Amino acid sequence: MDRGDGLLVRKIREGVVVDHIPPGRAFTVLRVLGLLPPKPYSGRIAIVINAESGKMGRKDIVKIEGYGVEDLSLEALGIVAPGATVNVVREYKVVEKRRLDLPEEASGVLRCPNPTCITRKEREKATPRMRLVSRSPAKYRCVYCGSTISEEEFQDLIAI
Amino acid sequence: MPDNPFRGRDVISILDFTREDLEELFSHADRSKELIRRRSLEGRIVALAFFEPSTRTRMSFEAAAKRLGAATISISGEEAISVAKGENLADTIAMLDSYADAIVIRHKYEGAALYASEIAEAPVINGGDGRQHHPTQAMLDLYTVRKLFGRIDGLVYGVLGDLRYGRAASSFILGLTLFKPRHVYLISPPQLRARSEVIEVLESRGFEYNEVESLTEVLPELDVLYVTRIQKERIPDPREYEALKGSYRVTIDLLKSKAREGLKILHPLPRVDEIDFSVDASPYQAYYLQARLGVDVRIALLHLVLAG
Repeated sequence: MDRGDGLLVRKIREGVVVDHIPPGRAFTVLRVLGLLPPKPYSGRIAIVINAESGKMGRKDIVKIEGYGVEDLSLEALGIVAPGATVNVVREYKVVEKRRLDLPEEASGVLRCPNPTCITRKEREKATPRMRLVSRSPAKYRCVYCGSTISEEEFQDLIAI
Repeated sequence: MPDNPFRGRDVISILDFTREDLEELFSHADRSKELIRRRSLEGRIVALAFFEPSTRTRMSFEAAAKRLGAATISISGEEAISVAKGENLADTIAMLDSYADAIVIRHKYEGAALYASEIAEAPVINGGDGRQHHPTQAMLDLYTVRKLFGRIDGLVYGVLGDLRYGRAASSFILGLTLFKPRHVYLISPPQLRARSEVIEVLESRGFEYNEVESLTEVLPELDVLYVTRIQKERIPDPREYEALKGSYRVTIDLLKSKAREGLKILHPLPRVDEIDFSVDASPYQAYYLQARLGVDVRIALLHLVLAG
């Protein structure tokens, strides 16, 4: 951890640290993890926005105490924060590290932008399913209607 | 018989199939009379679930099923509207699945046929889902070209009209990528260009095509001109439709002055005003043959899916 972070937020004892989040996406990460109101979360959460990063210039960091990696939707996190790392912390030590990446297929994570896609029809149980068609720039295609979703749209279309 | 690639299969997109699959289908369509004699679907039931209006697709599926000895049950018109108001699609499909051996579905939502295929155990055949796919139309369109020219490869195609909202045009273009046309011109007003997901398929397959606005300039090169109407019901803004209405029109005078002698004109029908009636009696006209062959292709398809 770099010097700047150390000044802002201390280490957590048990929980999850999502590091190297693209700058400005910390709240989206929290949303994807279901930690924004109205959902109650009793543990402590630290949010660092625009921290200095050797690799990225700027980055966001989210530290969530008492949160287990089994609670994480890595698929959804991979879409909003590709390249970020998930560190599982026990007794102040990182015991597991996972690098997030765009999943090849994402089910129920992104809504389809097409209003006449079957996944948008009320009272149907068609879960939106997206398949990765390009990594750079990131692009998904709706399995049902063929519409494409580009990176700029991800945050608005997160279904969680 | 070699393995039948259609047996028990859903028919959702033309790209679910290979060139070899389609050739197998076409050779069965050539023998549709023999299939009719065998009545291979005696005792079977085909459900026709048309939640959007249809004349040719619904009736040709019905005719095909009946020629093969199957009975049909159907949802259409008012019933479809009341279903649309009350029961959801998933429940309707589950019900039809328990009544029938195959389900042909048309629906205004893109992806409805794929969704239905995930619910039903019986094979689901897409009779058109929104602006997206119309695979059996593409099958009969390609079959018509093969009938007319003896081949699909090596020809120059023009696909004219509403390439953005028209599912028949999209499926025909995608179907052509399974073959080796000499060139394909996508001819449309700029607002009605083919959708990005269709263009991406052409690009990824290294397909020879151009997007142009004027029919006149490419007409002399064409062997096949595939004309489609503007999909008024899918254009969100009525003003946009008014602005586009009548923006292209094929007339006998235009054909006589510019077209190659052997040019054949296809149209999935119904037409509005994009092909003048003066073309109907000309040797260019092939859309009535195309409509007729729709039954042969659907006979072959139902036979292969259910009994082949």
